[in-house]
Amino acid sequence: MKYVARGLVLAVTGYLSGVALTVIINGNGATDELAVIAGYVLALIGWLAGVGGIEAFGRQWIGKTPKVSESQGWKRYFEFSIDHKVIGIQYGVTLISVLLIGGLSAMIMRIELASPGMGVVDLDDFNKIVSMHGILMVAVAVAGVIGAFGNYVIPIQIGAADMAFPRLNALAYWLLPPVAVGLLGAPFLGAFNAGWTSYAPLSVTNDSGQILFNLAIITFGLVSILGALNILVTVITMRAPGMTWGRLPIFTWAGFATSLLAFTVTQFFAAALVLVTMDRVAGTAFFSPDVGTGLLYEHIFWFYSHPAVYIMVLPGFGVILELVTTFARKPLFAYKAVVAALLSIVGLSVVVWAHHMFTSGMADFLHGPFMILTEAISIPTGIIFLSIIGTLWQGRLWFRTPLIVAFGWLFNFLIGGITGIFLADVATDIHLHDTYFVVAHFHYTIVGGAIFALLAATFYWFPKITGRMYNETAGRIFGIWVTLAFNATFIPLFWAGMNGMNRRVGDYPAAFEGANKFASVSALILGASFLLFVGNLLYSAIRGPKAGPNPWNARTLEWLVESPPSQHNFHSQPRIVGHPYDYGVEGSIHAHFPDEEPHAEEQREEVTV
Amino acid sequence: MTADTMHSEYHQDTAFQPRANRLGLWFFIMSECFLFGAFLSARYFTTGTFRPEELNQKLALAITIVLLASSISAYLAEASMAHNERKRFALWTTVTIGMAGIFLIGVAIELYEATLHYPPGTPYGSAYFMLIGLHAFHVITGMVGLFIVLFLGMRGRFGSDNYWGVEGVVKYWHFVDLAWVLIYPTLYLF
Repeated sequence: MKYVARGLVLAVTGYLSGVALTVIINGNGATDELAVIAGYVLALIGWLAGVGGIEAFGRQWIGKTPKVSESQGWKRYFEFSIDHKVIGIQYGVTLISVLLIGGLSAMIMRIELASPGMGVVDLDDFNKIVSMHGILMVAVAVAGVIGAFGNYVIPIQIGAADMAFPRLNALAYWLLPPVAVGLLGAPFLGAFNAGWTSYAPLSVTNDSGQILFNLAIITFGLVSILGALNILVTVITMRAPGMTWGRLPIFTWAGFATSLLAFTVTQFFAAALVLVTMDRVAGTAFFSPDVGTGLLYEHIFWFYSHPAVYIMVLPGFGVILELVTTFARKPLFAYKAVVAALLSIVGLSVVVWAHHMFTSGMADFLHGPFMILTEAISIPTGIIFLSIIGTLWQGRLWFRTPLIVAFGWLFNFLIGGITGIFLADVATDIHLHDTYFVVAHFHYTIVGGAIFALLAATFYWFPKITGRMYNETAGRIFGIWVTLAFNATFIPLFWAGMNGMNRRVGDYPAAFEGANKFASVSALILGASFLLFVGNLLYSAIRGPKAGPNPWNARTLEWLVESPPSQHNFHSQPRIVGHPYDYGVEGSIHAHFPDEEPHAEEQREEVTV
Repeated sequence: MTADTMHSEYHQDTAFQPRANRLGLWFFIMSECFLFGAFLSARYFTTGTFRPEELNQKLALAITIVLLASSISAYLAEASMAHNERKRFALWTTVTIGMAGIFLIGVAIELYEATLHYPPGTPYGSAYFMLIGLHAFHVITGMVGLFIVLFLGMRGRFGSDNYWGVEGVVKYWHFVDLAWVLIYPTLYLF
């Protein structure tokens, strides 16, 4: 905790001196936006220096050997540890906390929307809560699976001791707490009410909380870019001998594809917010209604934010594919086609952004091409879906919690995918745009596709990460509970949307009361299910029975080492000799450890069948 | 354990870390290209190819030549270190930093003139200040990097078998030049 405390002190010092400096130079108040920017930047630098940046990076710049945390036990989670497993857990715990806070804001919204008229909050506060809910959940969906499990699992799956740039990895994580503090601190400056999309020109003229939103999200972009870059280099350079691209576990492939997207498009969200910030404080006029244009914001923003939904769901695809092949005890169906599909989603996703803008007033001739490109993306997505079903087909399904949640994922994402067609189609989209149909659709894809995958992955890798087994009964109840409650919440909203209920509203016509009341009650039940989830995991992490190295009889490398893995993951260099998913193929072996004593190898072979 | 020995367990060969570093740097540069791409496309989106008559074309051309020349001196600095010639390395790095300084002074004059004729509140001025500002920020970070490798190089940190730090900073410097090669025609010629 010493380092976190030092980071906090330096961050507060940085913030205050930044504000003081600007106040002295400019003579404006302490909540002036320029002062907030200077304070935030200095606070960020102070925080990074405090949590270990001086030892890990600064020393090198003056010619000394860098130092990083070498602690063991609980302490290392609060220090600048460069162990990818520690960083994965740090991401996981941080983001699941953010998920719960975002969930609470959703509960407030649903309570307000349970009946027409304004009850618990007023309209302006409602906008702020919607915005906060949106951005927190987007952050969790973007970084949840790839940050937590990408960091934890990918290096082990490819047979590496760590990431290619362990210090950079730690730096990327330690940028995350300032993001959360910035977003959650925005209410002190009047919060932000422009939605997570922060469309200009509203985001240029609203309260100063928007500045903190911009700064936090630019920082978050940096987290995303640095993390993605690290995963790409790790997968390219650090694969174990014999780990050819054709033998790469599918979750690693999905993480690789995600990273390809994340490190190229994330800049666009940051760029859009930099432009907004400049319009606010530096007097530029990109989005002012008289000389600039709000369309510019929409184009730049969606150039990131459409691919972002694939940054959210591609790791989810990886998790579910990984799960179904393990729990169906069958080789992954159409492995090569799935890899091709993942990569073609990366390519296609950057040329579909304007389907969010069919009613924005952009040139008419763009509607057709963007509609067709958007619909084309359902082909690779369909291939992945087919692979999941093909793997499950005639498999000997083992209905443990991860598979139950994966079935929930499958159903939700199917609904999300089918309703997406109506939004990609120009004619229907013009009717459905900005209605609750869109809200229901993207909750089916993002919660259904990314958050359910995060839940499934948590159950799947929990025994590996903690060395203990979660409570299976509670897990199964949670899996069924969360799937049913989720569907009960969002199915009625499709109906409300089709009948014209606008999204982002705090009040609505009385005709929609039935659907909303049903959705609100279901949402509270959905929220309550997470108590079971968190309780189960917290209790099991401490009291759960020992899980052993390979409770699922899985074949990928992370299951061939002890739980939790030792500091360098492997005691000797693994050699990869076969495909990871040849379940039931006689005599097939994925990896062996030639340097270890013979009886250890025999034990490993038993579990590889 | 220090960060440098972290990977020694499985990556005994010394070629590994420079290889990973080099790849990482190229990815970073690619990533930066997208950032500049966002701002460049914003300029074309808001103002097309319009440019005001008051632009100081002569000064812009002069600082462009200085910046491009600094890429050559940066290359010479890297090559000197590869041949273990510390003095020449220090000389060329200093020359590069000097030219970067001249470039920044030129940019400052340009920005001052811009506030008179096309202030940030105009469509062209918005794009102009944004692009020049973003690029100047990269020039400054590149200069900081050059200062650090100059300092470390003088203290004998690098040698012909170990000059990744120099290589990385110089590659970044080439990228800063490349960005200007796209920004200059975007703002001054089209």
